[in-house]
Amino acid sequence: MFIVKYIKEVYSAIKSLLVGMKRTGYYFTHHKEIITEEYPDNRHTMVLPDRFKGEVVMPHNEKNEHRCTGCTACELACPNGTIKVITKFDITAEGKKKKAIDKLVYHLELCTMCNLCIIACPSDAIVMAQTFEHSVFDRSKLTKVLNNPDSKIMEGIE
Amino acid sequence: MWSFSNISSSIHHWLNESFSPTWAMIIEMVIAGVCIIGLFATLGLVLVLMERRVAAWMQIRLGPNRVGPKGLLQSAADTLKLLVKEGLTPNGADKFLFNFAPFIAMMVAMLLMAPIAFAKDFQLWDLNIGVLYISAVSSIMVISILMAGWASNNKYSLMGAMRSGAQIVSYELSAGFSILTIVVFTGSLNFNEIILSQTNGWWIFKGHLPAIISFVIFIIAVTAETNRAPFDLAEAESELTAGFHTEYSGMKFALFFLAEYINVFIVCAIGATLFLGGWMPFQIGNWQAFNHAMDYIPSSIWFFGKTFFLIFLIMWFRWTFPRLRIDQLLNLEWKYLLPISMLNLLLATALAILGWHF
Repeated sequence: MFIVKYIKEVYSAIKSLLVGMKRTGYYFTHHKEIITEEYPDNRHTMVLPDRFKGEVVMPHNEKNEHRCTGCTACELACPNGTIKVITKFDITAEGKKKKAIDKLVYHLELCTMCNLCIIACPSDAIVMAQTFEHSVFDRSKLTKVLNNPDSKIMEGIE
Repeated sequence: MWSFSNISSSIHHWLNESFSPTWAMIIEMVIAGVCIIGLFATLGLVLVLMERRVAAWMQIRLGPNRVGPKGLLQSAADTLKLLVKEGLTPNGADKFLFNFAPFIAMMVAMLLMAPIAFAKDFQLWDLNIGVLYISAVSSIMVISILMAGWASNNKYSLMGAMRSGAQIVSYELSAGFSILTIVVFTGSLNFNEIILSQTNGWWIFKGHLPAIISFVIFIIAVTAETNRAPFDLAEAESELTAGFHTEYSGMKFALFFLAEYINVFIVCAIGATLFLGGWMPFQIGNWQAFNHAMDYIPSSIWFFGKTFFLIFLIMWFRWTFPRLRIDQLLNLEWKYLLPISMLNLLLATALAILGWHF
C-alpha cells in the first residue's frame, strides 16, 4: 500500500531526526568532556599521542655521541630530498680511515613527516620529535644540522 | 509594575504635551527607528555569539572564550573587523544591484519588525492583517538574494541564488498553510487578537494534534525560508564557497549576515506568537497561585524567552542535521510537507467548526 509506506517513511524520518537531536542535546547538556585543547594555555601540560610526528631529530647521549654511521639510507629513502648526509673520513686509533658524518642536513621546510627515513635507518640514529611550533621569520632557519658540533659516533655502532 | 507599555505611553503623553501632534508623531517614529536599529545590533551580537557557543557545545568544543570575559566580546570584535574591512565590488559585477541587494535584505528585516508584539501593549504597528503582512513581506527577501546572486557575476553566486529562490518559493507554501491553521482557530489575522485568544492556553496545547503538526511544519519551513542548515543550499560552504554572498566583503557581507540572524529572530518571534502565546504567561487551568506567579513575570521576558527557545531549537537543527541535496529538499516540500499541511489544515478547520478545541 502506498499510503502505509508513506506514513512509515514519515515516521522513520522523524524518529531518526529525533535520535540525532537527542545525541547533540546530550552533548549540549553534558558540557564536561571537551575534545579540543586550549592550546597556548596548556603548552606545558599538553600530552601528544606517541605517534605524533613533529620533526626529525638525532638524539645524542651525555658524552655528545650519536648513533649515525653515515650510511645515507635516510637520504635514499626520503621521497623529496629533505635529508642530505655529508660524510667525512675519520682516522681511527689503528690508523685506519673510517666513514663518519660531517653534517646531516635536514630541510624542515621540505619535510612531509612521512616517517620513511626513520623506518630506513638501520641504527635508529634519527627519531621523530614531538615539537610542532616551527614557525620562524626566516626560511633559512628551517634548514637544520641534526648532529651537534664535534659529536662522535657511539662505540660499537657499525 | 515596570513594563514596556508604561514607558511607551508615558513618552507618548509627554511628547504630545510638549509638541504638536505632528511633531510628536515624527519624534516617535525616529525613536522607534533608533530602537529597532539598536535591537538589530544587539540581536546580531547576541545571536552570533549564541550560535557559536551552541555549535561548540554540541560538537564537544568550547567555543569563543578569549575576547572579553568568557568570550562575550567575541562578536563585537568580529563586527569591528568587518567594519574596517574594504567593501569590495568586483569589476564584472552589476554595481548598482550589487550594492543595493544587502540593503533590501535589511529593509525586509526592518519591515517585518513592525507588527510583532514584543510585550503587552507594546507593538510598533497594530494592523488588522498582521499575519498576511508578515507572510507577504517576508517573501521579498528572495529578491535581495536573487539580486545579489545575479549582480555578482559569479557562477557560485548565481547557483546559490537560484537554489534559494526555488527553496523559498516552495517552502513559503507550507509555512503559509501552518500559519493558516492558527488563523482558522483564532478567526483573526491580527497579532494582538491571536495573542489574546491564547489567554487560557497556548494554541500548541489548545489545538490538539493539528496545532502540533502545524508547529512542526512551521519550524521546518521557516528553517528552510531563512536558508539555515539543514536547508542552507543557498550558501552551502562545501559546494558553493558561500553561495549568493561569495563576492561580498566587509560591511555589505555583514548586512547579509545580520539579515540572516534578524530573520531567524523574526520567524521565531512569529512562531512564538502564533503557537506559544506571544507575551502570554504560561498558565495551567485552575492553579490560581501558579498562574499568579507566572503573571508576575514581565510579558517581555515571556516573549523573548519563547523566541530564544525557538531560536535555540533552530540552532539545534543546524548543528545536528546534514545538509539536504536540492532534489531531496524539493521532495521534502512537495511530497511530504505540502500534502501533510493541506490535510492538517482540513483537520484543523473541522476542529474549529465543531468547536472541539478548548
